[in-house]
Amino acid sequence: MKIGLFIPCYVNTVYPEVAIASYKLLTHFGLDVDYPVDQTCCGQPMANAGFENKALPLANRFNSMFETFDYVVAPSGSCVGFVKDSYPKILEKEGCLSEVSSKVYDICEFLHDILKINKLPGRFQHKVSLHNSCHGLRELKLGSASELNIPSFSKVKDLLGLIEGVEVVEPAKIDECCGFGGMFSIEEPAVSICMGQDKIKNHINTGAEFITGPDSSCLMHMGGIIEKQNLPIKTIHVVQILSAGL
Amino acid sequence: MMSTQHSIAAEKFQEDKKQASWHNETLWFVREKRDRMSKSLPEWEELRTIAEKIKLHSVSNLDIYLEEFSKNAEANGVIVHWAKDAKEHNDIVYDILSKHKVKKLVKSKSMLTEECHLNPYLIDKGIDVIESDLGERILQLNHTAPSHIVMPAIHMTRQEVGELFEEKLHTEKGNSDPTYLTRAARASLRNDFLTADAGMTGVNFAVASTGEIVVCTNEGNADMGTSLPDLHIAVMGMEKVIPDHEALSVYTRLLARSATGQPVTTYTSHFKKPKKGGEMHVIIVDNGRSEILTNNEHIKSLNCIRCGACMNTCPVYRRSGGYSYTYFIPGPIGINLGMLKDPHKYTDNVSACSLCYSCNNVCPVKIDLADQIYEWRQNLDSLGAASSSKKMISLGMQFLFTHPTLFNTSLKFTSLINWVPRSMAFGLKEWEEGRSLPKFAKESFTSMWKKGKIKTIKKDEQ
Repeated sequence: MKIGLFIPCYVNTVYPEVAIASYKLLTHFGLDVDYPVDQTCCGQPMANAGFENKALPLANRFNSMFETFDYVVAPSGSCVGFVKDSYPKILEKEGCLSEVSSKVYDICEFLHDILKINKLPGRFQHKVSLHNSCHGLRELKLGSASELNIPSFSKVKDLLGLIEGVEVVEPAKIDECCGFGGMFSIEEPAVSICMGQDKIKNHINTGAEFITGPDSSCLMHMGGIIEKQNLPIKTIHVVQILSAGL
Repeated sequence: MMSTQHSIAAEKFQEDKKQASWHNETLWFVREKRDRMSKSLPEWEELRTIAEKIKLHSVSNLDIYLEEFSKNAEANGVIVHWAKDAKEHNDIVYDILSKHKVKKLVKSKSMLTEECHLNPYLIDKGIDVIESDLGERILQLNHTAPSHIVMPAIHMTRQEVGELFEEKLHTEKGNSDPTYLTRAARASLRNDFLTADAGMTGVNFAVASTGEIVVCTNEGNADMGTSLPDLHIAVMGMEKVIPDHEALSVYTRLLARSATGQPVTTYTSHFKKPKKGGEMHVIIVDNGRSEILTNNEHIKSLNCIRCGACMNTCPVYRRSGGYSYTYFIPGPIGINLGMLKDPHKYTDNVSACSLCYSCNNVCPVKIDLADQIYEWRQNLDSLGAASSSKKMISLGMQFLFTHPTLFNTSLKFTSLINWVPRSMAFGLKEWEEGRSLPKFAKESFTSMWKKGKIKTIKKDEQ
């Protein structure tokens, strides 16, 4: 099984440790993982800001870069959601098909649904508060959203359950948005920051040492507030916990 | 530079931290009540699917159902009018009122009359218009507009209401006890009900098969306002028509649960024919709705049953208040309806969304609210309404990201900011208001990969 590792631009530059952890996890299960070095950004920031047409050349590049892989896997639900849901629409406008959209997976989704992993080595002796990121939850259905009357499930929690020692808790307003939203964070700073502060407070109130989640963008936004205000909690991506013993 | 009217108003709303936090928590409390109610029905998601389908079916066959409705209503003795826009609606109302020499009109809450600016129109013509919904009455005395479609005065504290009533209804000084204030409002309204010459209501549902209209209130004010005077005028947007009682049963189960977390609205009143010796009129209003019908991307916004659940769940609405939006309906549905009404005039609201998609999930008629907001953003540039700085940022990013060599070169520098086109810096100030900037790693993943460091990671450790 040939896996194309898709590392979103900001993960590449700000959180390479998340990319490394993703690589470790995938290769731990014996997969043939390659990283196309010319990848940059999927185009989501421009599209969410209202310039989907600016994402078109990026969608084309992305497709040609990843089309030969069996699966494309990334540690960021939001970017995966964009490639999965928006690429077909964007490319359709110029009569092209998005070959990658049907095979792109968030890494948690991939480990849970495709590899169906049931054991991982390592310990992580900490209490972590799970951040249910919006796009992971409501677009990719990594878990059941609180608004819906459907049986409760969480793929991320299932995976964390494989790690010894980790205690997973969830905050009040369990899946309310953290307020990042790409350009929303700079276009509506007052509300964005307030949402982030409220969210972090709910995470802190669980008594957890870490906020963890499947999307680095939410963690980046909350991390920025935590640092600025010197709050007593840290952020860590789920794959960093899952790869603790690798 | 990037500020929209919404973001400026939202920042102002946030200045009173205590009030802003109260607003947020109060509406969240309603969202939680809604969750409990929706989860008490095992068939909830199925109901939403059916409700969505019935509405799409109804609006797709609007000509048939409206004709059936009006034919049956007329057979029941109701006088049916058709208004193509707000002006025609107002003129028809005034025409009926003047024929009956109405001096005082009691109204039950109607967002359509807000949309048509009926009250100032009638007041200008010398008619005493009394809002009878408690929240609407408070706002009328305060000369302000609703900030929420179900809880119109939710932004006001009881102390503010107490002070307002002191001035307008001569209540005790400093008394802001809710029970006391409600009694004072009730006593005042009771007099209005008794002395009014006509009653007006909105319409929650118009049932085609029977020609009846259904009005849902929690205060019974629609019933008071229509039972005492001989004249009842009901006004409805043309999308309010549904096929039959079976369809109605789906919506009455969804409406109150979604709106306020009640199993059912306190009063669900069916009006089918005029009272003995009286007259009943129904005005069916288009006012731009037929245009939405032809708009594939946004047709689903006609599904809306005005429950307000999208506002209660919206993290942005809760933290910015109804008045931060420039359209008279706020929140996710208001962003969309405003753009459908006049995309040039109401673009500022489109920024008020973090695309969290929670509104899509709570909507009892499954309107794809967030997807529609995303689509509106794509249209801003062609409307000439796109933020120039956001456009520059997007262009800059496109340039950088389509040139991997430049992108990777830029990564060799300690800060990407040095290389990202100047436009990127527009967002820095806003970001840094409450957040530290993310620090760029000493070495990017791409660089490590190219040097072969990643592939040896595992070997090194073994």
